[in-house]
Amino acid sequence: MSAFTSLLLRDMRIAVRVGGGALMGALFFLIVVTMMPFAIGPDLGLLARIGPAILWLGALLASLLALDRLFANDHDDGSLDLLMMGSMPLELAVAAKAIAHWLTTCLPLVVITPVLGLMLNVEMHAMGWVSLTLLAGTPALTFIGLIGAALSVTLRRGGLLLAVLVLPLTVPVLIFGVAAANAAIVGPAPFGPPFTILCALSLASFVLGPVAAAAALRHGLE
Amino acid sequence: MQLTGDNLTCQRGGRTVFSGLNFSLSGGEAMMVTGRNGAGKSSLLRMIAGLICISAGRLDLSGGEPDATLAGQAHYLGHQDALKPSLSVSENLRFWADFLGNSDATLEPALAAVDLAPLADLPAAYLSAGQRRRLSIARLIAAKRPLWLLDEPTSALDVQSQDRLAGLMRDHLAGGGMIMAATHGPIGLERARELKVSPE
Repeated sequence: MSAFTSLLLRDMRIAVRVGGGALMGALFFLIVVTMMPFAIGPDLGLLARIGPAILWLGALLASLLALDRLFANDHDDGSLDLLMMGSMPLELAVAAKAIAHWLTTCLPLVVITPVLGLMLNVEMHAMGWVSLTLLAGTPALTFIGLIGAALSVTLRRGGLLLAVLVLPLTVPVLIFGVAAANAAIVGPAPFGPPFTILCALSLASFVLGPVAAAAALRHGLE
Repeated sequence: MQLTGDNLTCQRGGRTVFSGLNFSLSGGEAMMVTGRNGAGKSSLLRMIAGLICISAGRLDLSGGEPDATLAGQAHYLGHQDALKPSLSVSENLRFWADFLGNSDATLEPALAAVDLAPLADLPAAYLSAGQRRRLSIARLIAAKRPLWLLDEPTSALDVQSQDRLAGLMRDHLAGGGMIMAATHGPIGLERARELKVSPE
């Protein structure tokens, strides 16, 4: 098995085992969305209107939840040293870890979104569109968050710093994600432009994230 | 194959740990890095492993694989065991064999070499400190790399396991490998040269 796939599978395996935290994000997402109607009140029209925004915000926070341990666990047990000595470039190793994180943390969020939409009175056909925008946009959240995770790897309380560092950078993803979902559901603006920009953000962060994160790791361990 | 360090200097946190260090190590040779606490033994090994940057001087490996970096041809056995508690013994070893060696080698010989074969399916969380140490030593056998960098390799090992480790090191040297070990006591290699690291 190649080094890339072995790292990918190892991280996914750890995430789904006891204490791995693969479903923590989905549970957090569930609780955030459940609390919203209690805070906003039983106005079904209002809930349906802001539903996509709430789902996006919930998914954004949930996807950051487990991110701070992405490198910190490997740093604490010495694995990170050996990951840097692998035969493949650190950038690829970092990308493998990020893809594993996306598959175990963000993909479940996309899958349960239609169910959570019911609680917000979002119509069924609209749920498909929200899920689609999340599918296209969450890779950007993971790969931007990757940089923050690499920067905060040596800090004890890195999770808080990670959120402060990463959340401002995710603003464009949030704007275009919600814009695309709203365009598909209520119009009148076309769905295409914001959705294409969302895809572009994901693709750009897919390239930049691993390079920046690997540079941060190399610098941080010296 | 030869590893040479020429006038190496290490600075950490603005303090010079050691400077002007020269050594050379050929295939089949072992070198014991000795010195007082804080003299820079671990720093030297980490520097060769590419984990801290070289402040001054040169480090060369000649005669190895031309495409691979120095770190890519070295094994580093540090103070931490780099094991995941939720993965089994064989899963941990399989991963490092694939990642570091890119090989499809079978794991049985490596596990047998450190006497962990009966525990192959046990999660690493249940291993004792010495067993964890032995599992990380198995990594050196499962993935073939010419240079072994060992930081206190005998810590947590019982006498029997120390003898077994000495045997593994002799086999590695007999196959043309190189070993650099930071240590305070004897590690069972009679013909090892000594490199004394001393602070400023």
